[in-house]
Parts: sequence; C-alpha cells; structure tokens
Amino acid sequence: MIKAILIFNNHGKPRLSKFYEHYTEDTEQQIIRETFHLVSKRDENVCNFLEGGMLIGGSDYKLIYRHYATLYFVFCVDSSESELGILDLIQVFVETLDKCFENVCELDLIFHVDKVHNILAEMVMGGMVLETNMNEIITQVDAQNKMEKSEAGIAGAPARACISCKEHEPPGNAQKHQHW
Amino acid sequence: MPAPIRLRELIRTIRTARTQAEEREMIQKECAAIRSSFREEDNTYRCRNVAKLLYMHMLGYPAHFGQLECLKLIASQKFTDKRIGYLGAMLLLDERQDVHLLMTNCIKNDLNHSTQYVQGLALCTLGCMGSSEMCRDLAGEVEKLLKTSNSYLRKKAALCAVHVIRKVPELMEMFLPATKNLLSEKNHGVLHTSVVLLTEMCERSPDMLAHFRKLVPQLVRILKNLIMSGYSPEHDVSGISDPFLQVRILRLLRILGKSDDDSSEAMNDILAQVATNTETSKNVGNAILYETVLTIMDIKSESGLRVLAINILGRFLLNNDKNIRYVALTSLLKTVQTDHNAVQRHRSTIVDCLKDLDVSIKRRAMELSFALVNGNNIRGMMKELLYFLDSCDPEFKADCASGVFLAAEKYAPSKRWHIDTIMRVLTTAGSYVRDDSVPNLIQLITNSVEMHAYTVQRLYKALLDDISQQPLVQVASWCIGEYGDLLVSGQCEEEEPIQVTEDEVLDVLEGLLVSNLSTPVTRGYALTAIMKLSTRFSSVNRIKKVVSIYGSSIDVELQQRAVEYNALFKKYDHMRPALLERMPIMEKTATNGPTEIVQTNGETEPSAVEPKHPPPVTQPANQANDLLDLLGGNDVVPVIQTTMPTKPASAGGELLDLLGDLSLSGIPPMTAYNKNGLKIDFTFERANPNPNIAVITIHASNSTEAEMTDFVFQAAVPKTFQLQLLSPSSNVVPALNQGTVTQVIRVLNPQKVSLSMLTYTHKGSPVQDLAEVNNFPPQSWQ
Repeated sequence: MIKAILIFNNHGKPRLSKFYEHYTEDTEQQIIRETFHLVSKRDENVCNFLEGGMLIGGSDYKLIYRHYATLYFVFCVDSSESELGILDLIQVFVETLDKCFENVCELDLIFHVDKVHNILAEMVMGGMVLETNMNEIITQVDAQNKMEKSEAGIAGAPARACISCKEHEPPGNAQKHQHW
Repeated sequence: MPAPIRLRELIRTIRTARTQAEEREMIQKECAAIRSSFREEDNTYRCRNVAKLLYMHMLGYPAHFGQLECLKLIASQKFTDKRIGYLGAMLLLDERQDVHLLMTNCIKNDLNHSTQYVQGLALCTLGCMGSSEMCRDLAGEVEKLLKTSNSYLRKKAALCAVHVIRKVPELMEMFLPATKNLLSEKNHGVLHTSVVLLTEMCERSPDMLAHFRKLVPQLVRILKNLIMSGYSPEHDVSGISDPFLQVRILRLLRILGKSDDDSSEAMNDILAQVATNTETSKNVGNAILYETVLTIMDIKSESGLRVLAINILGRFLLNNDKNIRYVALTSLLKTVQTDHNAVQRHRSTIVDCLKDLDVSIKRRAMELSFALVNGNNIRGMMKELLYFLDSCDPEFKADCASGVFLAAEKYAPSKRWHIDTIMRVLTTAGSYVRDDSVPNLIQLITNSVEMHAYTVQRLYKALLDDISQQPLVQVASWCIGEYGDLLVSGQCEEEEPIQVTEDEVLDVLEGLLVSNLSTPVTRGYALTAIMKLSTRFSSVNRIKKVVSIYGSSIDVELQQRAVEYNALFKKYDHMRPALLERMPIMEKTATNGPTEIVQTNGETEPSAVEPKHPPPVTQPANQANDLLDLLGGNDVVPVIQTTMPTKPASAGGELLDLLGDLSLSGIPPMTAYNKNGLKIDFTFERANPNPNIAVITIHASNSTEAEMTDFVFQAAVPKTFQLQLLSPSSNVVPALNQGTVTQVIRVLNPQKVSLSMLTYTHKGSPVQDLAEVNNFPPQSWQ
C-alpha cells in the first residue's frame, strides 16, 4: 500500500501532497519537511530507496523517490509493494503528466495542481495502484475535462469567444482566459 | 462584493511574496474573503473558493472551515462542482470528523448516477477515506458495481472493495460471488485490480486462500499469454508487455503456493520460463525477475529452481545499478534463514558492499553480514566488520557494536580473541555500546581466569590513551581494581609485560575521579577500584587519603561509598582483606529480572544463582551485604550470602499454603444443605497469614443407595466479598455415607454465601439444585 505521494522542489516547497492515511495538518507539514530533508541529502548516484523518517516511517515503510530536474517525486510505501515496480510507476506518472501538459515543467504543476490531482486519482486509489496504462489514463482524464468544459456551457461562451479572439490578436495583448 | 479571484490569480499573487510573513498576510486576506463569500452562500463561485482553499491547505495553512463547503459541492448537480468537492473531501476530511457521515447519502446517490465519471468519483472517494460505517452502508452498491460490464467502473469498484474489506473484514464474504469471473476480463486495468482484490482476500482469510487455490491454472495461463503474446503497443513498457500486471500475478501466485505442494508444482514451469526469458537490461525486466525470485523462494519449489533464483540474486549483486543491488540485498536477507549455504557463496560480494558509499546499501549489507556469520568464517568476517565499525556513520555504530558482541559471544574461537574483539569495539565505538555490555564484559573477563593479566594490561594501556569513552573506562577501572596486583607485578604471558608502579596506577585512577569526562557511574567504579587496591597494593596510606577526601563529596553516591570505605579502614579493618578479595567466577544469569530483586538488601529469597563458595563472613550481616552490593557493580549478583534468617520459603507458596499452619479457631461447623440424601457440611478455619480469610471446607456425603457422580459444587457471593474455590477431592460421592467429597473454599469476610449451585448425576439422571446458605455462625466473620 502506498501511504503518501509527495512532490516538492529542490528547496522543499510542496507542489503536491496526497496522503492515503490520515494525519493532522501539522503532522503533514512536518512529514513533508522531514522527507525533503532526508531526500535532499542524497547523492546523485546512490540508490533510490530510503528508510523513512520517524513520522512516516516504521520498519515496514520506505521512501522511493526519483529526481527529475527541479522536482522530487517521493512515494512512501510499505513492504507489500515491489520497490522496482514503484520506480516504474513514478516513471509512468511523469510521462502521463508530460503528455497531458505538453512538456511539463514545474510551473505547470504549480498552476494546475488540481489537474495533477485528477490525473493521480486515475492512477492510484486508496493507496493502491489503479491503472498503469498511460493512454487509458489520458483518455479518461480528457473525457472528464470535456465534461467540465461542456458544463461551463453558456457561461463560458464569452470566455471562449475571447480565447478565439486572442488567437487572432497580435502577441502582446494576450490575456489568460481559462476556466479557473 | 466583487467576484472572488481565480485560483491562478491567487497562485500568482502568492508567488510574488518575498518573505514568509508576506505570504502569510496574503493568505490570511484571501481566507477572510473566502470566508465571507461562503457566508453569502453563493453557488457560482463556491468551487473556485474551495479550489483556492485546497491550494492554501497544501502550503500548510488551516483550511478546516471549508469542510462543509466541500459537502455542498458534492451535493451539487454540476460535474465540475462534484469534482472539486470530492477532491476537497479527500484532502480535508477524515473519519475523525462527524461531518464525513453526511457524505454517505451523496455518495450513495452518485454511485447510482447515470454518468460513469460521477460514479467513478464517488468510488474513488469512498475507496480513499471511507470510514467503517460508510463502508458498511455502501458495500452493497460497491458489490453491484463490481459486476457491471463497464470496465472503467469495474476496476474502481475492485479497489474500493479492497478498502471496504480492510475497514470491515466481516464483509469479505459479500464480495465472493462477484469475484467469480473477474479473471476472465480482457481489460488489463480490471485484471490488475482484480488480482489486487484477490490478493487482499487471500491475505486476510485462510479459507479464502484455500478457495482461490483453484485459480492457479488460470493465473498461470494469463501470465503465459503476457509473456508470449509478442508486442502489444498499449501495455508495452520498454519492450515488456504490462510488467505491472506480471508482477501482481507473481505476487498472488506466491501467496497461493506458499505451503501447498500442488499449486507450487503447477507454477514451476512458468516461473522457470519467466526467470530465464526476461530481459534484464532495463529496470522493468529486473522488477519482474525480482518478484519471480521472491516467489520461487517462498513456495515449495524444486531445488533446481531455488538454485536458479539464488544465482539470479547473485547476479543482481554485481549489477552496476544501485537499486538492483539494494533489492538483491533485501531479498537475500529474507532468504538467508532458509537457504543459508547458498547465500554463503556470495559472502565476499556482500562484504564488499559494506564499503559502498550508499547508506541504504551499507545498512542492508551490515544486517546480512551479521546473519551470515558462523563458526567457520568468524575471524575473517569479524575483521571486516570491525573495519566497518571504525569507518561507518554514527547511526550504524550502536547496531554494529551490538551485532559484534552477539556474534563474538556465539562463535568466539578463543577467549583471547573474544576479549581482543570486545576491546577493539570499546576503543573504537565505546560511546555507542549498549548499557548492559559493561556487566557482560566484566563477567566474561572474570570467567577467563588465565587471561586476567593480559586483559588488565591491555585495558590499562587503553586507559592511558583515552578516558572519554565511559564503557571502556568502567570496565578498565573494574579490572584494575580486581587485578591490579597482576598489573604491577608484570607477569603477562601473552604479551610483553609493561612496567607499571603502584603509584602510576593510582594516578590513573585518581585522574578518572577528577576528570570532567567521567560520569558519576564511572567515578563510582573508580573509587571502588581504588579501595580494592588497598588489599593488593602496599601504598595503603595514599588510598586512605583519597577515600577520606571523597567522604565529603557533593555527589551523594560517592560520598556514601567513601564514608563506608572509611569505616572499613577504621572500625572493620580486620574484615577488609576478606571483603576485598578476588571475585569468584560468576554464573551467567539468564535474564536481569529476578536477580535485581534479590540484591537490594541482601534478603534471602532463593535466587536463580546458587553461591559457589561458602559465605566467609556472617556478621554484622546487613552492613556487610550493603558493602558487597557496592563492590559488586551494577548487575552482578552478590554471591556471598548470609544465612537464611527465617523459614525456608516453599518457592512462594506460603501465601497459599493451606495445609500448613491453620489453627482451628473454634468456629462450629454447620450444615449448609441437606436434601434428597445429599448433605453438605461446612467446617471453618482461619487462614494463617490473613485472619480475615475464612477457609471453609465442605464435606459432601450421600446417604442414598446409589452413588452420585459428576458432582460439582459452585458458589457465588455478593460483589463485596471475594471467593476462591479450590478443586474438590473427587467428583463421585460414594453411596451410603461411605465417604465424603471435600472441597475447600476461601472466602474473605463471609456473612452470607447467597447462592450455591449443585449438579450431580444420581441413578442415571442429572440433578441440579440451587440453595441459599445464610446460616453462617457469627464467629465466621468479624
């Protein structure tokens, strides 16, 4: 079972935090800080597995992490998950984000944290792996996004009109008209 | 009121904050705006506000006031609202708040919604944070969805079912019929989650495990298809088709085949195939191989397969990828118990891993090395491990030191080697050893009589170098106190003897007493050592002076010791040599428990340790015992005991000793029951140590012609009294008053035994009777 999934940057700022077991808000922040502390000390060419800190650890739990550019993706799992399998899962997650956001970077995660949560919800549910096929995940996420857009319906029409205007405007007058 | 700002605006604003305080201010302002917006009950902007709230929650700011709003969003009809509402519920709510129960109805409706994505959201939320009450209420809906043909919903329902089973294990049977055709699905997502569900059920219940064993052939077939199917673009990861599913199936096979020969046999072929055909150049291949190896080791596989598995692990150990090496070490640790010899073959590689730079690998290698130590390789392994102890991080030192001690104790080839090893540990990692290693070491040294001179010499030299490591200093001062004469006389066979004078030794010990590095315990050891030397050295005056100085020490423990030693010099000088003579060999005690109680005031419960030598000194008994305690150190049992003062305790049985020492107290007996030929008399006595307890003996006699078998007497008293019923002399009351059955009852303060129940079998038919006994004679209670 996966206990928590954390994404934070090289300075420890959380970009996504999803816990599959309940902790109080203070404990959650403490866990994020502690995990960052443990993971940032690691060298580049050591293995990707760590024993957890005191808060989220315990003899059964370990931290499996991957470092991509400025972000750390950390999964805290127990012994029922295969360590190498989780490494692959992190890779699939990142590739999915890449497809959904088109060359994803940290800014995408910052401004669209709710979308990242939605993608994650299609992959991991209740601490267990739900779907690992990237295309399947993307299809479903797209379908749900479409539903949201269609609900915006009439209210969103002026917004959509503006968007299409923007595409014909000279650059420099661009305004952001997204649903959020 | 202007429209609340969008999430993007908020994020952008927060990012412009330059200090933590600025950020806090912005967030507080926004929180206030959100709160007033919530109060206005505005439906259009609610989801925007909750989205912002969730963002602030992630940054660490309190967001609990949004919990109810999440519920309102869930109840809304719009998909957008529901999405954010469920997300908020998962992030902000949990089963400790009562609010979450309000969700149950919404989730129920959404589980039956027409849009599959709404159903999906509901399943997801239930599966993440559903409490046991919610799970109980909604399990039926989940089970229905498990049987649907929509694969999107089916896979979510399967995982939701896993969560339900975890919360409410009794509901497992409910999902059993739905699992029947889960494995015949084509969709890999559903297959994957179904295997997870089956795994969970098998892990929780042995009956389920037995039931699902018949699925082994089907699982084997699916696995075969995956391997042989060739390229399938949808599930391909680096050339291997759906490795996640393969790994899951392998894990389930492991659980199913664990102690079952038939299933294990059915799996042998496929496991061999996977083990030999999987490509190992990428991580995915290795993940599958790793899982295969674990499965082979766990089930009852044939020996050829096991050898194959260990060889794969050996290959992993030599892999360049650190992750693979870590994983190999972990699995070798799991298998070292069962396949010890096979793992021994890789010992040298494992020992090399001790020198790896990676902390995780080092830890695994250390644990594995300790598991591999045996009588044959102890010398070589210990060299490596001691080298490791020298150079490792502090977090490892304590564990490594304990491990070294244990291994040395079990497999030491010679006493000298053992002592050398322990000394090495004490000098290199002395401050990290556990507290009980000091007495253990002292005991070891005492028991190796021929090594005394060598030991004390080495310890003395170590003390000259470094007095900061307390365990080393304590052991050293104890030894010098005991064997100082050997040290000074320079008679060491093992090593070149050093020339030491008495004054030098005393200098060192006095140095310990005054040094800032010494803890109070160490100072105690040093003072006692100096005292002991008074019988072994000739410079008694110097010792007397030192001891008298500490008679006024601020430290109470030191002061007490010094004062008593002073007394030893003055009033009891005739006893001094006998008291301070060499310690005899100590028996190894099993645990620390019972001996602790024994030694505190020299009292005489028979302890686990028998004295080997007759007690040389008997009086004044108490004072001598106190001194011996001080001389003995922490856990050493004072071997010299005084004579037993009072009665020999019959192994603690005296309190319940009914048969001894009961004085008849003159309470007249009474007849408690007389019916149908069965007569029960009570006779009274007072228990000896506790006069409040009345010991009642019942005598049951039978005046009918047939005997009464299966006679059982039970009694009940009001709550304020206590009753203890002991076993009867027999269950058969012989006929015609030929004998009686007696049974003893101990009652505290009897006034009225309110109910007695008798059951017996008379002439073939069972009889049961209830009687109230209240005619106790007044002398039976006070």
